[in-house]
Amino acid sequence: MNTPRLVQVRENVLKRNDVLARDLRRRFRAAGVFVVSLVSSPGAGKTEFLEKTLAALAQDFRVAALVGDLATDNDADRLARSGAPVKQIVTGTVCHLEAAMVENALEDWDLEKLDFLFIENVGNLVCPSSYDLGEELRLVLMSVTEGEDKPLKYPTIFNTADVAVITKTDIAEAVEFDLAKASDSIQSVRPGMMIFEVSAKKDAGMSDWIDWLREKVSASKAEEIFENETAASAA
Amino acid sequence: MHELSIALNMVDIAAETARKNGGGRVETLYMKLGMLSGVAKDALLFSWELACADTALEGSRLVIEEIPVVVRCSVCEADGKLASINKLVCPACNSSISAIVKGKELEITALEIV
Repeated sequence: MNTPRLVQVRENVLKRNDVLARDLRRRFRAAGVFVVSLVSSPGAGKTEFLEKTLAALAQDFRVAALVGDLATDNDADRLARSGAPVKQIVTGTVCHLEAAMVENALEDWDLEKLDFLFIENVGNLVCPSSYDLGEELRLVLMSVTEGEDKPLKYPTIFNTADVAVITKTDIAEAVEFDLAKASDSIQSVRPGMMIFEVSAKKDAGMSDWIDWLREKVSASKAEEIFENETAASAA
Repeated sequence: MHELSIALNMVDIAAETARKNGGGRVETLYMKLGMLSGVAKDALLFSWELACADTALEGSRLVIEEIPVVVRCSVCEADGKLASINKLVCPACNSSISAIVKGKELEITALEIV
């Protein structure tokens, strides 16, 4: 019988996804498309929020969306009403999107013709946290009906996200939602996180988010130009 | 629950690593699992046998080393271990943190091959 031998490995389990996501990020940046992903529990209002966001941006930008669901094209149909190109990714039994699914979905799209791409993940506050999709910005949404301690219950997803959006604020009072408490929960798991409070349905707070996003994009474009010029002058 | 798909990834990586290292049967797979990795230890252990079925890893053992979250304080600059993953402040002085030093690991560290 052979003696057991120990082989040192040190390999990230999600390396394949991470490598693909890095490639995607490089492609997105090269094409000048700013990619935002959205995660939340089912029913937090991702699609409504996205529909209004697409409509607001479509006035000045070329926008598109990918939307992940276990089944149905319903969300894609809803989002298509904004006039933006939308593609549904039906994951079947898979509870999250992976970089490979995004890559496949983009196969016949010309990224050069886009300024913004939104990726709506499957409604799930657990599994999507592990998978980098190549996005520039990850939004986590929670609605006022979910309870102020939601971030404390799902710290990992809040921790991997860049921006929090509290949705359905028009019914906050009716459900006795405590905004200060929710903000504390968010800051506790992701110190310094930017928070937007919106009601997409009543168009409250949406312009703050849109203005912030516009600014963010022009800042990142300026940075890219600066980096390119620096690289060019160094060459 | 995405632990089964994580486990399937691990089986692929382990089988390939074993093949590249002269072959043999993988008896044990050692891994580091951070408390902020988004992967649950129990669910991963539960998925392991299923993920290994009909593969080169069939019958192998999964040994998980859980890695607590270690944060760096923005004020006292000390690294401290957190007791809970939903309060990301310096455990020593309660100040805000500047970095998460450990706790996001999801990596295979070694294979025992016979």
